[in-house]
Amino acid sequence: MQDANPRSVFEARGLTKVYRTGDVEVRALRGLDLDLYAGEFAVFLGPSGSGKSTLFNILGGLDRATGGSAKFEGQELTTLSDRELTRYRRRNVGFVFQFYNLVPSLTARENVALVTEIADRPMSPDEALDMVGLGDRAGHFPAQLSGGEQQRVAIARAIAKRPEVLLCDEPTGALDSATGVRVLEALAFINETLGATTAVITHNSSIREMAHRVLYFGDGRVSRVETNTARKSPKDLSW
Amino acid sequence: MSALDRKLLRDIRRVWAQALAIALVMAAGVATLVLGDGAYRSIRETRGAYYDRASFADVFVQARRAPEGLAREVDALPGVAVAETRIVQAALLDLPGLMEPGAAALVSLPESGQPRLNRLTLRSGRLPDPRAIDEVVVNEAFAIAHGFRGGDRFDIVMNGRKRSLRVVGVALSPEYVYAMGPGDIVPDDRRFAVIWMPREALEAAFDLRGAFNSVTLKLWPGAREAEAIRRLDDLLAPYGGSGAYGRRDQASNSYLDSELQQLDAMRRVLPPIFLLVSAFLINMTLTRLLALEREQIGLFKALGYDNLPIAWHYMKLALLITAVGVVMGLAAGLWLGRGMTRLYGEFFHFPFLVFVEDARTYLLAVVTAGGAAVLGAARAVWGISRLAPATAMAPAAPPRFSKSPLEALVRPLAGSQLTMMALRRLIRWPVRSGLTMLGLALSAALLVGSLFTVDSLEVMIDTTFNRADRQNATLAFVEPRAPAALADIRHLPGVLRAEPYRATPVRLRSGPISRRTAIVAKVPDARLSRALDAKARPVEIPPSGIVLSSKLAHILGVEPGDTIDVEILEGRRRLAQVRVSAVVESYFGIVTFMHPAALDRLIGEGPRISGAYVDLDSGRARDFFDAVKASPAIGAVQLQDRALQKFRDTMARNIDVMMTTYLGLAVTVAFGVIYNSARIQLSESARELASLRVLGFTSGETSGVLLTEIGLLVVLSIPLGWGLGYGLAAAMVEAFDSELFRIPLIVAPTTYARAALVVLAAAAVSMIIVRNRVGRLDLVAVLKTRD
Repeated sequence: MQDANPRSVFEARGLTKVYRTGDVEVRALRGLDLDLYAGEFAVFLGPSGSGKSTLFNILGGLDRATGGSAKFEGQELTTLSDRELTRYRRRNVGFVFQFYNLVPSLTARENVALVTEIADRPMSPDEALDMVGLGDRAGHFPAQLSGGEQQRVAIARAIAKRPEVLLCDEPTGALDSATGVRVLEALAFINETLGATTAVITHNSSIREMAHRVLYFGDGRVSRVETNTARKSPKDLSW
Repeated sequence: MSALDRKLLRDIRRVWAQALAIALVMAAGVATLVLGDGAYRSIRETRGAYYDRASFADVFVQARRAPEGLAREVDALPGVAVAETRIVQAALLDLPGLMEPGAAALVSLPESGQPRLNRLTLRSGRLPDPRAIDEVVVNEAFAIAHGFRGGDRFDIVMNGRKRSLRVVGVALSPEYVYAMGPGDIVPDDRRFAVIWMPREALEAAFDLRGAFNSVTLKLWPGAREAEAIRRLDDLLAPYGGSGAYGRRDQASNSYLDSELQQLDAMRRVLPPIFLLVSAFLINMTLTRLLALEREQIGLFKALGYDNLPIAWHYMKLALLITAVGVVMGLAAGLWLGRGMTRLYGEFFHFPFLVFVEDARTYLLAVVTAGGAAVLGAARAVWGISRLAPATAMAPAAPPRFSKSPLEALVRPLAGSQLTMMALRRLIRWPVRSGLTMLGLALSAALLVGSLFTVDSLEVMIDTTFNRADRQNATLAFVEPRAPAALADIRHLPGVLRAEPYRATPVRLRSGPISRRTAIVAKVPDARLSRALDAKARPVEIPPSGIVLSSKLAHILGVEPGDTIDVEILEGRRRLAQVRVSAVVESYFGIVTFMHPAALDRLIGEGPRISGAYVDLDSGRARDFFDAVKASPAIGAVQLQDRALQKFRDTMARNIDVMMTTYLGLAVTVAFGVIYNSARIQLSESARELASLRVLGFTSGETSGVLLTEIGLLVVLSIPLGWGLGYGLAAAMVEAFDSELFRIPLIVAPTTYARAALVVLAAAAVSMIIVRNRVGRLDLVAVLKTRD
């Protein structure tokens, strides 16, 4: 992805987000600026409450900004209606959550089918599961899979629609290191083969070494951006 | 099948117990509607079809003795399509295995065999040979009660002479669908017979050659019944006509009317309440059940599903549960409805049954039940689908607890923080707590509404048999006699006390409303048969004026002090205006009383008595009954013990069966509500409870929070349920109220206690299930999920 003039997939300017829970007001984003480029593997690092997940929710069309602008391939996200946001999520974004969020009553294949049934040009559920190395576990229910396997099913589900963007919120947060590595390998493989822009939120700073770029978060803003000249493969990361 | 549909099926398998509980509640609602409606319509249609096929007459009249020549004039009356003269006579039966005399209605058959009106349906055997003097057809109920078959014989006392009759056939008649002996309040098939025999034999036995004493008329469609009755009365007045009457006053038909009215009441009062309660519960339960799906709904939105397919997905869950409930309800309702129709059919001796199953009723049931489910699901899904997916996927923000003023009240009651947790949860969601409580209260109310009839019937029995009519037997003379005839009764063996009465058929009129009944005159200071006021205290009949039962006063729209028109339907058929002097209470029929002297003056034929109430020495009952059978002057005997026993049997058969059915449904509802509330409460607070377990509380202490909350709701709901149940009982008493039969509104403490016990038992079972589930909570799994 090392183009001289990389194309921006996401472009955020002066983004703010204020949450009101009960009597408390939380300013999660305070005028954030950010660019994500096509095909890059970006890692978001930062302490809890620094605004990573909030940004992720807004970029993913799961939530709306309070102010500022967030564009996906030139399209302003902050003004989209619910219906348009739904279409955006359906066509363009794949999600991987920290706790997998699989439907417990569906098998691995069916969890992936949940997405392929409504996507425009999906791959087959089995193909997606093969990509994450779970072709032989397709008939298993989430409860019959290990944590790492569940997360890989979630990744298969996220990529089966061939999304432009893959947003991963702490994908290894609930996993041990060996399993975490397998998950990261799956993400790297997909980033390379499908060319999907991949953003990974994490607390684990060692993951930054596999990224093209690392964005450091603090106080609701991007405080620093670091570009890796040499990327490590996931299995070489020290956990 | 799409992945979502698969999820749906598996979800249902996971929550099958709750889904089944909801479906059962819904089934109970649907079943009551279908059952009540089916039974009512089927009986009504059966009666209509039977009346048509058997040419049930429109007008009836009894006379003393009219020459057969008058028949042509009756035939020529305007509006009359068919007129038939006959002989109808009362007689005493001397039956094997029965110490006391039975009663019979003897009805003549024309020479041609079948009468033109009130045609017999032969169940076995044949019609009597018109020339035979001892061949008879008897009504089926009587034949069954005694095991009589063709060729069997029994004894009868006709006009004071004992004769032996031979059964050649067993039949049904539209005139005696509800066959009751004189003075009885419910049918007694062993003691009462309808006996059809050739007219010639009856003419000979009762000295009625060339004469008749009964007429039945069929009117042309559109003919005015009142006009025909007036003209027929005029024609028969010189011959002792006792006032013609239409179907409404015909004994069997009016009892059928009354039964139908009660079935109608059952169908109108209970099912809508059941259906509404179940609809309410389904709505509440589904709303809460789907609220638990919040995170999944958020996920579907995150994955790019639109609101509509998500809503439809959950709607399908609601509809599937509804479908199961409706199908179970329809099946149970049809089955129970047919069963109840059959029960009534047997009791009433219809020759056939018409089952009416009305598609509109099913549609109503389906729409109500389905509507409730869809609305409940829609409410939940709509609320969640409005949330941004990120918000929906995150657990709901902690509810805003605050210290409400109520807390100051409950604080001292809460011994520990755990109890305080339970109390605060109750106060925090007052609407939810209130609705759950209301649901529980409604199920308790249904129980009270199903159980109270037993209390009311017991009071009715006590009032009627122990306070009002305390005699052992009531004797009726064939004809009214001079007061001196009382001595004959006093001298019968075993008679300890005898109090004379006079009863005369009358038509009472107030403005456009009229009713046919009998005025009964009882002796002042009566100790056996007495009139009672609303508080069941004996009432002294004033020396002048007429005393009406409250129901009759209500029908006529009169109060003490008003005057009504009284038309005596015997003798000189006097017409007089009489002042209403008092109103009394009576649960059977519409009764009126007068002072004996006042009634004698009104009739104007000197003092007469119609019979006597007697107290018997039980040791000499056999001698007494033998003497009665041998006495030609006595036309009928009615026994209180037997009446009471038959009344209890009949009630056991009808009301008890119906009430058991409704009771079963009410228990289903109670369990459905409590079980669902408890399970949902558990799901809603699984995390909280698991956290408590992690903190080191035992599973007993942890489930205590939940059980305290549910327990409090149950305890609070019971008094509310009692109140609602009393209201329901009042509505049923009101709807039950017919001219023949009324029940007092009595809800005994035991009924309240039983209703509460059923609710508590349902609660206990649900709590045990919940407690076991708390013990099995997966602590790690629950806490691992983000919070």
